[in-house]
This record gives sequence, C-alpha cells and structure tokens, in this order.
Amino acid sequence: MEKSLARYIWDHTRPQQLWILLIVGLSMIPYYLAFDLPKQIVNGPIQGSGFETPGDTQLFMPISFDLPFWGHVELYSGLPLERMPSLLALSLMFLVLVIINGLFKYFINTYKGRLGERLLRRIRYELVDRILRFPPKYFKHVKAGEVSSMIKDEVEPLGGFTADAFVQPALLGGQALTALIFIFIQHFWLGFIAFAMAAVQVGIIPRMRRRLIELGRERQITARQLAGRVAEIVDGIDTIHAYDTSNYERADIAQRLGRIFRIRYDIYQWKFLVKFLNNFLAQLTPFLFYCIGGYLTIVGKLDVGQLVAVINAYKELPGPLKELIDWELVRQDVQVKYEQVVEQFESDSLIDPEIQAINAANEAVLDCPLSTTNLLIDDDIGGRVLEHVTVKIAPGETVAIIGAAASGGDRLAEALARVTWPAGGKVTAGEDDLFALPESITGRRISYASPEAYFFHGSLKDNLLYGLKHAPIEPAKYNGSAADQRKWDVTEARRSGNPDFDFNSNWIDERTLHANGKDGLYGAMTAVLDVVELSDDVLQLALHSSLGDDHDPELAAQIVEMRRDLREELSRRDLNNLVVPFEDNEYNTEAPVAENLFFGMMPDPKASTKAIVKTAYFRNIMRESGLGKALFEMGKGIAESTVELFSDLPPDHPFFEQLTFMRADEIPTYQHLLQKLRHNATPSEEDRIAFIRLSFFYIEPRHRFGVLDEKLMRKIVEVRHQFHANLPTELLGYIERYNPNAYLTSGTLVDNIVFGKLNHRFSDAISKLREIGGELLANRPELYRALMVLGLESNIGAGGRRMNNLQRLKLGLARALIRRSDYYIFNRAFSGVDHHLQEHIVEAALAFLAKSGDNPAVVWVLSNTPLARHFKRVLAFDGGSLVEDGTYETIVESGTVYKQLIA
Amino acid sequence: MILNDEVQMLRRVPLFSGIDAGKLKLLAFASNRVSYREGQELFHEGDEGDAAYVVLSGVVDIYKASPTGEQKIASEGCCSVVGEIAILCGTQRNATVKASTAVEALRISKDCFLKVLSTCPHSMAETMRVVGQRLAMAH
Repeated sequence: MEKSLARYIWDHTRPQQLWILLIVGLSMIPYYLAFDLPKQIVNGPIQGSGFETPGDTQLFMPISFDLPFWGHVELYSGLPLERMPSLLALSLMFLVLVIINGLFKYFINTYKGRLGERLLRRIRYELVDRILRFPPKYFKHVKAGEVSSMIKDEVEPLGGFTADAFVQPALLGGQALTALIFIFIQHFWLGFIAFAMAAVQVGIIPRMRRRLIELGRERQITARQLAGRVAEIVDGIDTIHAYDTSNYERADIAQRLGRIFRIRYDIYQWKFLVKFLNNFLAQLTPFLFYCIGGYLTIVGKLDVGQLVAVINAYKELPGPLKELIDWELVRQDVQVKYEQVVEQFESDSLIDPEIQAINAANEAVLDCPLSTTNLLIDDDIGGRVLEHVTVKIAPGETVAIIGAAASGGDRLAEALARVTWPAGGKVTAGEDDLFALPESITGRRISYASPEAYFFHGSLKDNLLYGLKHAPIEPAKYNGSAADQRKWDVTEARRSGNPDFDFNSNWIDERTLHANGKDGLYGAMTAVLDVVELSDDVLQLALHSSLGDDHDPELAAQIVEMRRDLREELSRRDLNNLVVPFEDNEYNTEAPVAENLFFGMMPDPKASTKAIVKTAYFRNIMRESGLGKALFEMGKGIAESTVELFSDLPPDHPFFEQLTFMRADEIPTYQHLLQKLRHNATPSEEDRIAFIRLSFFYIEPRHRFGVLDEKLMRKIVEVRHQFHANLPTELLGYIERYNPNAYLTSGTLVDNIVFGKLNHRFSDAISKLREIGGELLANRPELYRALMVLGLESNIGAGGRRMNNLQRLKLGLARALIRRSDYYIFNRAFSGVDHHLQEHIVEAALAFLAKSGDNPAVVWVLSNTPLARHFKRVLAFDGGSLVEDGTYETIVESGTVYKQLIA
Repeated sequence: MILNDEVQMLRRVPLFSGIDAGKLKLLAFASNRVSYREGQELFHEGDEGDAAYVVLSGVVDIYKASPTGEQKIASEGCCSVVGEIAILCGTQRNATVKASTAVEALRISKDCFLKVLSTCPHSMAETMRVVGQRLAMAH
C-alpha cells in the first residue's frame, strides 16, 4: 500500500479535491460581498451619503471592473433607486448573500464528508482484502482483536482528514498570507515583527508537538494491544476458569490500563503546555506592537492610523495560523496512524488478486493427478516437519495416510489442500503449480476437512453450505425502492473501490452439489447429514427450539396432531404411564403444585410466577377459595418433615441434592419459623408466603411426604379453573393455558408434542419416547422435513460453540462432503471420536463419494489406523518422511509402521 | 406409598437393619422411586455400577452371561438388595438384573449408599458378610 497518506488521498480523490478547491474559491466571492455590503448599507441609505436631497437616486448593483491592458468593462450599468427602495434592495441583497453563503457551506461540508467517508470505506475494504490475501503464516502471530481494532477504530480519523487534506491548508494559508501582506504594506518593520513571530510559532510549536505525536503513537499501540488482549480473554474464557487465572488476567489488564493512563496523562500535560506557549506567542506580538509601534508613534515615525490598522490586521493573523498549525498536527497524527496500520498490513508474499478472482462458472475440473516433488515443510519455529516427500495421487484413488501423531502425514494433507505453504519443493496438479492455480479451481475441486475447521456465526445451514458460496449465481430481484437502493449501492461501492457483488444474491450453484439428492438443496443437505450421522442432532435442535410468534400455522397444527399420535401410540403399546398428560380437570401428579395451579406454559417460569403471585387477583382467589390456608398447612408439613430429615446433616452432604425446594442454608430459618408457630404466634404475611412457596414445588410421587391428598388435589384443580376464568389481561403475557388442541407458543416443540410430564419413575421414559417419536415421524415425512428445515435454521453460535465437539467434527466433514470435488482430503477429521463411530462414518463417507458418480479421489489421514483397510492405497509416515507406500495388503503384510501403530 | 412405608420396608433389609429410623428415612428420601415393566432391565452385566436397588414389590431375575447365552442364576423378591456389589467394590456389574414381573424399587445412588453405610458399624459388618456370601456363591 501507498506509504504516504497525502499521496494515497491525492491518488484516489484528485478530481474531487480539485473540484472542491474550485468550489471553495467560488464561495469566496459571495463571502467577500457579504462583508462589503454592510458598509454600503450603513454609509449609503442609512447615513444618507449620496441621498443628500430628496429624490436622489443611486445605482443599484452596477457590475463593472477594470481589466489591465483593456480598460473599463461595464456589464450592467445598475438600477437607479431612491433612498428607501435602495435600503430595501440592499438589505434583500444581504439576505440573498447569507442564503448563498449558507448553501455553499452546506454543499462544501457534505461534499467533504462524503469524500472522507468514501476514502474510509476504501481503506477499510483494502485492509480486509489484504487479510484475505495474506499467506497463512501471517496469522500465526497476529491477534484477531488487534487486527479488527485497527480496521475499525484506528483508520477512522483518516476519513475526517481526507476532506481537509488539501482544501484546509490552501484556505488558511491564503488567509494568513493576506493578513501578513496587509501588515507589511502598512509598515515594513512591524510587518517584519509579525512575520518573525509567526515564523517562530510555525517553527517551534509543531516541533514541540512532535513529542505529542510520539505519545499518540504509543497510545495507539497500547490501546490496540488492549483490544487484542480483551479478545483473547473472551476466546480463552474456559481456560481462564479452568485454571483459576482470572486474577492473573485482571492484573495484566490493570497493568495495561495503567500504562494507557500514564501515556494519556503525559499527553494532557504536553498538550496544555503547548497550548500555553502557543497563546503566549500569539499575545507577544501585540505586546511588541504596542511597545515598539507606540515608541515609533511617539517619536513620530509612524502615525496613529497606521498603528491601529496594523493591530487590527494582526487580529486576523493568529486565527488562521493556529488552525494551520492544528491542521499540520492532525496531518502528522493521521500520517502516523496510517503508517502504523499500513505497516501491519504489509507483506511481501500477498496472494495475487488474480488467484482469487471471482468466477461464477463451475466448469473447470481437476482431472489430473495431484503430486508433490521433494516437498519440504517447516513449522513456525523453523523445524522441518516434512522431508523430501515425493508422491503422486491419481484421480479416483482412495488413499489412507497412517502414522503416529505429527509424523508428517497431516502436513502433506495440508499442503495438498493449500492450507500450508511449502518451504521447498513443489505441489503440482498435473503440470501446474498448485499454488499458482486460481482458488476458484483448488478451492472447489479440492475439499478439505480437519478438526481445526472454523464455523461462522450463523445457522447450521449457513455453515453447511458455506463451502458452496463462491460467486453470486443468480442475482437477487429488487423492485421499487429496493431496486433504487441496489443501484445506489453499486455506484457507491465502485466509487470507493469496493466490489459490487451482491451479498443477497443466490450464491449456491446446485450443479456443485452431489446429484444423488433428488430433492435439490434440501436433499443434498439431508444426504450428507445422514452420512455423518448428524440428522438426529438436527432434529433434536428443532424439537428443542420454539416457534416464534410468526410461526407457520400448518407446522403448529402438525405438531398438535403429532401430540395425538403419540398419545394413541402410547396407549396402543400400553405405555400410558410414561407420560402424565395435562388435562383440564385432572391433577397432574408428576407436576409440582404451582404448575397444577397455574396450569399453563410460561415463557420464563421464574419471572412469571413471581409476577403472578404478586397480583391482588391471585391473592384474592387464594384467600377466598381457602387454598391459601390449605397450602400453608401443607407447606408446614413439608417444612416439618424436611427439618426433621436434614437438620443434623452438614450442608455439603450428598443428600441435599435431592432437596429441590429448600437450600441447605434455609433449614435453620424454617426451623425457627416452625418454632414460632408452635408457640401459637400468628404467622406474618411473609412467613405464610415462605410456607406456601414450599408447597409450590412439591411433587407427591417424588417427595413422598404424604401431605397432598385427593381432596387437596381436587381443590387445586377447582382453583385452577377460577384462576383462568377471569384472568386479567395484564397477566395474559405471562401464561398460556394448557389446551390439548392448541399449539403453545411459549413451549418448545418437544414440550408441545409430549404435552405432559414424564413419569420420573421410568428411567427409560426419554429413550422410549424418542424411539416412538422417531417411528411416528417416519410416517409423517412432511413434518420430518419441516422439522429438519427448522433444525437447519438454528443458530450454532460464534465458532459453532453451541454445538458439542463431536457435532462440530461431523459438521466439518459434512461441509466438505456436500461439495462436488475431484479430491477430498480429510485430515484426522475424527480424531478423538470413538472407534465404532469413526468406522461407521468413514465407511459411509467413502460409499457416499463412490456413489456420487464423479469418482473422486479421497485422501484420509487416519487417526485410527485399522480403518486403512477401507482404502486401496496406504501411505505410511514416520518422523516427517514418507517411509512406505503401497496397497493396503502390502503395507499390512510387509510394512513396519502399520504393525507398530496397532501394537 | 409414602416415605414412612418405604422406611418400614428398608428396615426389613438385613443390610440396613442396624441403621436408625431417622437415617433410613433420609436414605429413602434421597433415593429415587423407580418402576420397571415386566422384562425391563435394571442394569446390564459389564455396565458401570452407579446405584444399588432395593426391591419394594415384584420379582427380579439375575442372569449371568455364559458361553451358551444368558443363564438365570437367581431370583429376588421384596426387600432384597441388588446391584450393591458393583458399587461396594467399584467394579462393573457382574450380572444382569431384569424385572420378571412389574417391579417397584428404590434406586439408591452410589454416593448415598456408601455415605449411609459408613455411618453405621453394624452395616459394615453386615456388608462384609453379604459380600463374602456372594463371593462364595460365585465360586
């Protein structure tokens, strides 16, 4: 990138800069006129000069000027007006000039702002573009947080400066020079003094500010490092918790903040010192004028009028001068910032933009062998990890790479996938150097998966299809204002040197999907999800999500049908006791008392319960029905039993795990309350609530204190009906009444299907229900599809963190499998996964690719050596060298590596 | 059946006979009541032992794997304990236990089981006796 900011700005905004200079120049004419006009108004119509006798007229707006070598030119001789009309005309003229000046100002400011914003956009884009083109090794020693802080914050001031880069010095310099020349004309020596002082000011102040700039640079670097560290803390939060190093991190951050504080404080001190000096120098000149000029006047070498004029003119000088100095400082500051950033984004081995050129055609294939010649790979500290490997992989071959961890096979795979750059030797596809081929070939015809695969924040589907988004295939259609907006976007993008590829277009070319999915994109997705055994997880994701308020009524209806199917199927299999359903007139024995009472789904049960019990409506019902009293008695019974059971146990005793309705530290409180009650004290409102609260959590079959009898259950059901009968509107948002025929939006899909409480006595209830649910879904392919679509839309979090490790590995493999490629390279894609599953998936993936009809080659770096039997050819690595290469049979029979690995 | 009834049942278990009523009630509370359908497995030979079971009603059959398939070696009924060996010795399940009728049982987790036994010297002696007996039976 261009090293000098001024050059960079000039190169990219030259025509606009010249244009704005011209406009600024033009704006000077009305500006000057507006200065001159008041004098005319005052001297003319107001004071009456030229209107001495009534009926006198003056010419309004004569336009004439003298040209050298030409003489007098008169364009308009002017309109003769009397005193009053003249006043009116001149005042109106003044108003017009004010408006014109304002408009000029408005235009110039917005133009400058737009210019700056465009340049900022250009710089930011260029920096990100560079990130996309850096060689892999660059990323081993940069922190993501620092890079993003540079692009986001550090280049920001450059935009503001852009517009003033050339206009400001021209304007201010001109003003200062005019004032100076005026003083010179009045009196040479006084002019000289003014000039000398200005020179001192211009000379010394920036020099002093240089220190400020240095501090500024330091501040920038420390702030950037802080951003990097904060990002690191976020990324490494698990490690920090696991090793109790939070205070170490605190110390580090505090130390950094201390440094930033010191630098900033230094900056303040310098800044105000410089300000003081600046002001002092500016005031020194008038002192000299008064002193020397006064002396000259007294001795008669200067007349008073001249002195006053000089002092007046000098008033005009410090303003522009100061601003000019300020401008120079801003210039230096942004230049430093710019250099700082550019330095970080400099690399001599940037990938040629041609290699990443966008290419929407998907015709090219890689039907030549991939080979390496004397391939050498170094790790980051210069150690050799792959030595002189020469190997050729033909199209359609299936190759297993075996070897101990870090024995080199994984590096070979990385080099073949263009992830690691060789230190020596060559990787070629046919005759071509792999690293010189466009990424539109290698990035599509070679599919690579490894456990390091990154997932982007977004839905599962976005990530699964990520590897297909090479170029916009079908432009998005825009109508009306959206079309105008799009047009505007394109022109603006071009003006800032950004590409205008439309992010909203369809980027997925279905021809790049395996043809064996008849069902288009959906078919292709489910096919690979089945291969990696992720379909069930996707289904579970869907089932445990809830439909939004704007859900598809069709899907909701199907879920309610599914609820009935499940009920029927359970009774058909005589498994009704697995689930206790919510029924209007029945007490649900597996649900706590509160849930039986409120009898509805709550989006946030804790908050909702809290809000409901506070209302007068609820309290009245409790009091009038007598349920409050009954539950108070019940709570008392629970408290008595609990205190009896637990009062002697230490609070960390494992039995407390079973105690769900009371915390260990609450036991003495309840003990005390019970004692108070025994002495016939009337319980306070607060105490009553404390006991009723206990009863709310109570589930008879689980806690078995025998405090909830038939009669009380009937009572609760009765009060449930009362509660819902006149439910005030403000409570409607908190609770959605259970209705066996309706979909409940506050619950998840699985809540809606099961629509009841699992009987906790049957430990296999969940697995049994899953099994039955799976069978039922098989009969409803439409619903299954809708659920899969829903599951695919679920968000997997930053870096895919909302999925577990195994799911991420599976998704990584699926993301590679879904693409049609000529080479599939899987680099220990399943390390750490249990052997059974590995075997399953390797077999399924190989069968899937063989079936695809493209006959692709597969290179699999195995973490589980015996799986090599599924491959025709085996490469064995040891200590960074390829030591054996042959068919599976020969490697097993006559090779040594295989035997060592499985020993 | 409420806690107090369960306590009455637990008292009839020789292993717990020396433990006072309060502790037994606590043990019952800390345990889960579980139900099994006929033919359902309580646990399988070779599984990790995580809990012991006290049969409250119904009958369970005990099977051991043998070269000719699973062999039933015993049946247990009300108030008997199964699955305690694996948690006492920290080994895998040495047999499979299935419900031969509908079964109600108390599932006592490993932690709770060991905690209660450790507080009662009588139980320790009883445990040793039971373990010895089982070992003798196994050989």
